[in-house]
Amino acid sequence: MTEILPTARIKSGDSSVTIRVASIVKRFRFKEFLIEKFILVNSFAAIIGVILIFLFIFRESLPLFTDSEIQQEASLDKFVTQKEWQPVSDNPRYAFFPLLVGTLKAVGVASLFAIPLSILAAIYTTEFAPRRLREFFKPGVEMLAGIPSVVLGFFALIVMATFLQNMFGYSFRLNAFNAGIALGLAIIPTIYSVSEDALNAVPRALREASLALGASSWQTAYRIVLSVALPGVLAGVILGVARAIGETMIVLMASGNAALVSGSIFDSIRTFSATIAAELAEVVFGSAHYHTLFFIGSVLFAITLLFNILAHLAVGRLQKRLAGK
Amino acid sequence: MKSNPRRSPDLVFKILTGTAMLLILAILAVIVGNIVIHGYGTVTFEFLTSEPLEGMTEGGIFPAIFGTVALVILMIVAVIPIGVMTAIYLQEYANPNSIFTKSIRFAVNNLAGVPSIVFGLFGLGFFIQFVGRNMDRAIGADVLWGQPSLIWAALTLALLNLPVVVVSAEEALRVVPREHREASLALGGTKWQTIRRVILPQALPGILTGAILSISRGAGEVAPIMFTGAAYYLPYLPTSPTDQFMELGYHIYVMSTQSPDVEATKPILYGTVLVLLILTLLLNFVAILIRYRMRIKMKQVA
Repeated sequence: MTEILPTARIKSGDSSVTIRVASIVKRFRFKEFLIEKFILVNSFAAIIGVILIFLFIFRESLPLFTDSEIQQEASLDKFVTQKEWQPVSDNPRYAFFPLLVGTLKAVGVASLFAIPLSILAAIYTTEFAPRRLREFFKPGVEMLAGIPSVVLGFFALIVMATFLQNMFGYSFRLNAFNAGIALGLAIIPTIYSVSEDALNAVPRALREASLALGASSWQTAYRIVLSVALPGVLAGVILGVARAIGETMIVLMASGNAALVSGSIFDSIRTFSATIAAELAEVVFGSAHYHTLFFIGSVLFAITLLFNILAHLAVGRLQKRLAGK
Repeated sequence: MKSNPRRSPDLVFKILTGTAMLLILAILAVIVGNIVIHGYGTVTFEFLTSEPLEGMTEGGIFPAIFGTVALVILMIVAVIPIGVMTAIYLQEYANPNSIFTKSIRFAVNNLAGVPSIVFGLFGLGFFIQFVGRNMDRAIGADVLWGQPSLIWAALTLALLNLPVVVVSAEEALRVVPREHREASLALGGTKWQTIRRVILPQALPGILTGAILSISRGAGEVAPIMFTGAAYYLPYLPTSPTDQFMELGYHIYVMSTQSPDVEATKPILYGTVLVLLILTLLLNFVAILIRYRMRIKMKQVA
């Protein structure tokens, strides 16, 4: 870009002028060079941040693999073979299975609730809604995204739990179902906006061609627009589910936090993220329990990283598709 | 109009999708409405300016508001310059196809996806246990930096919000017309002069949007500050970056899960939730408004 600067033009003219201008340009460029490098160094921050997060979360979980004294109490082997999550007792046990069941139940309920709802709403926004209304939907959903998760957790705990209990008549107020619905509310904006962007990016010409060939508007929406935008919609779903797995305050407040293993979604659960939040404050620094909580953190970090990469690939696929390749 | 048999599935599909949209907006309205109705009576000037009394069943939430504001200010000071410079680099200097640029983008995207509780763990493991402890060792203090405090919580939140700022600033830079850059360069402006005098002033509303969104998110996140500095109750206000602090979101969490008498706490709890909700939604609304006006302006220029 800098080649557009005066040097290029003046070189064709008087040579003495060239030298003088060139030297001015050079002095300027030294400052420019410094500024550019300074900005460059700053933009390392994100990369350094991600690397540091990985290093430090993982570093704190390393003793589980290397320290034999810690391994007496907690190790990968024990996470799998033990049956209960009972870190605070004379004989502490750290089984991952109850937490896995809890997380799957909450995320499952959230997905079943949020995914269809958000995708249908996105289709309505791009395909059917009157123009005026459309301008109103996106900010509306952004408002939902703006509600802090602690407020959603509060609402699920104080209001929604009682409401849902009266409606379905189950015995424990706080359970996987209640937490899952609240979790669903938190991920609706993610799935909705990514899907809406994808649907919006489908060229008008495709819709018009479909309609001109005699397809009805729902056939066009379903068979043409949705199927072209599918990778983008999928990316939204992946990002939403990743968020549900990592979301903490809502499940911490609305799920009851008992690490039970059962098949019912109306039983209380304890998820991976809520376990960290509930137990880290009282844990003894450097104990097996402490390192186990950091290990759970590493697992969450790895899962979200994987999901992000998948979403990224899906978006790439959509872009390729839209570019006609 | 005659009923066309092919039109009826159209109508069903339209109603189905429209109901989904309506349901989402209705849930939003119910949540906000419920909180406004129950919290409205509690939020008075006195509530906002006095301290909690009688184990949180009476009094106000001033220390929590103060702590939240202090936290957010420190966070903004840390995240805005770095976030904006990252965006400038990506948008103005970088070769978009280089591996380095791609890795910055990859890192920013991933940072946005990392669960907030993991940021909390990171804040504890890195800022407090590693940086703080080593600073204490270096200055020979007993425990000054190596404990949960305002500054570590703010830096943890800053890292969490880096993607928000980068993405908004980048979008703002992207919509500055190419011709403006070329005009400035053709008039002899250097790259940096062009960025500082031509591009940044135009991108300012977008950068502001990012700042506001990150404030809104920073004020609402609880998981990252639970172990890095927030306290349940403090008899004094934080006066230095190494103090602990009370915070609105954390206050809500503690009051709603650990209160000995939930019914007695409820009015105060609802009041606190309403204050936090107004704060975050108002900020979001302003950000949306700025972005909306910016887009209209861009359409006029183009």
